[in-house]
Amino acid sequence: MTHPYRNVALAGAFNTAQARQLPGHTSLSIALEAARGVLKRTGCDRMAIDGVFGEMAYEVAYALGVGPVWTPMGGAAGGIVSILDAANAIAAGQCRCALLTAGGAGLFSAGAESTAPWTRPENEFVISSGMFTAMEFALIAQRHMAVYGTRPEHLAHVAATIRNQGSINPQATFSGKGPYTIEDVLASRMIADPFHLLDCSLNAEGGAALLLVDADMAADLALPPVWLLGGCVDHMGPSYRHPPSWDLRNGGNGEIPNGYVGRRAARKAFAMSGLSPADVDTCEFYDPFSFEIIRQFEAFEFCKEGEGGDFVMEMMGLDKRYPTTTDGGLLSFGHAGGTAQLLQRVVRGVEQIQGLCVSGQVEGAEVALCSNGGAGAMFNDVLLLGKDRP
Amino acid sequence: MSELHLPGPGVPLPRPTVISRPFWDGCAQERLMFQRCTHCGSAVFNPAPMCRHCGEAELVWEESAGRGTIYSWTVAWRPQHPAFPTPYAAAIIDLAEGYQMLANVGHCHSEDLVVGMAVRVFFVDIGEGMRLPCFAPISAAPG
Repeated sequence: MTHPYRNVALAGAFNTAQARQLPGHTSLSIALEAARGVLKRTGCDRMAIDGVFGEMAYEVAYALGVGPVWTPMGGAAGGIVSILDAANAIAAGQCRCALLTAGGAGLFSAGAESTAPWTRPENEFVISSGMFTAMEFALIAQRHMAVYGTRPEHLAHVAATIRNQGSINPQATFSGKGPYTIEDVLASRMIADPFHLLDCSLNAEGGAALLLVDADMAADLALPPVWLLGGCVDHMGPSYRHPPSWDLRNGGNGEIPNGYVGRRAARKAFAMSGLSPADVDTCEFYDPFSFEIIRQFEAFEFCKEGEGGDFVMEMMGLDKRYPTTTDGGLLSFGHAGGTAQLLQRVVRGVEQIQGLCVSGQVEGAEVALCSNGGAGAMFNDVLLLGKDRP
Repeated sequence: MSELHLPGPGVPLPRPTVISRPFWDGCAQERLMFQRCTHCGSAVFNPAPMCRHCGEAELVWEESAGRGTIYSWTVAWRPQHPAFPTPYAAAIIDLAEGYQMLANVGHCHSEDLVVGMAVRVFFVDIGEGMRLPCFAPISAAPG
């Protein structure tokens, strides 16, 4: 059977500058800067665009002067969900050249604001309890630690490893900050047990964009195409309203609990590609909090349930079997608001396979597994990228 | 040893819906209400229009005894909102009737919290006639 995405290529990806603040920018202006960046990098004429995806699709289409174009309903969504929407539209012939762009700027105007504003709870069952994102994700991590004996040192190893990859990345918001040891992470102030400050993602501003095209168009562009080997989306419900329980299950007793949300998606992605975790060269996992890397290695079946803590100590790192979140991720590279940080995990996967990383390049990377989301938010999406056309 | 703070008047207030109103009305009378499915017998919480266990929609309200155990917990040490002095704790509680709810935990110290700890409900005034269910170790819970 022909692979569903045989004719869908990722032509290229682009990150704008990332910083704690980008004065003079709005979310739209930085998203458009990212769009212009990916068009220039791929050598694509903007008038070829006939699909615009991402959180500001309507505004982006108008501002770029393109159209009529395919846009998602409501002009919303982003990250891996939108990449798959774009890929599906290209596979169905509804568009040939899809731009996906996102950006955040001006969101952290009050100096004291350090919680991502889109995660502030308004729901009646969390609003009066003082919940914020780190607490939601802490409830997932704490349960895993109680059931499996996962230790703060395991989490701190993840945080230090990813932050140190950001430290050596000149494009990262926290470039030059570090290096950090496990002890440094454990000595940083507590935010929400078990998360210390250095276990938590940063907040920053920036933009990111991707260009998806059909295979014929890809052959005429500037960079070697990256292929979509597989991908799928897993949600358990709305984020930050219900108790983020590890054991929340479909129908009350389904096979996969919320703690392993993403497993169904990963199985689908691997099945579509004919690959397994052993084939992955770089793990560009979403890292809103350190524990989420441990959880995803278990959810995606790189290791057995409960063994993620020991697994990351032995297997995770640029010089280990599984380089992970190699640009510094949300902990150090960027967390630009809206959905840019979702897109950036895939931007990094594309750059790894195209050999364009200015730091942390995995030699000969041919397969990248990218992800979005986490169990504190009750969703986890995966995308498997490859050098070889499926 | 850090005594855990609890919500009080001044915190952002819940806005009940037509579905959840019986729960909040119960809280105002210091009664912890939940729904039960008349088809499969499952306890249902948060308040819902149908049973997520069996898919049927005949739910009735019952009162919980308000006893359970801590399923998972966290203590917030970084101020999030002026109405919430730190440290304060939130936990997922396994209620004896067979459902989970998110709630603050107090009348104990941050070091006391552990998965499996037996807790009992009590209610705190959060203003405008509303009360919020919170939990405490059984020996320490007021009322």
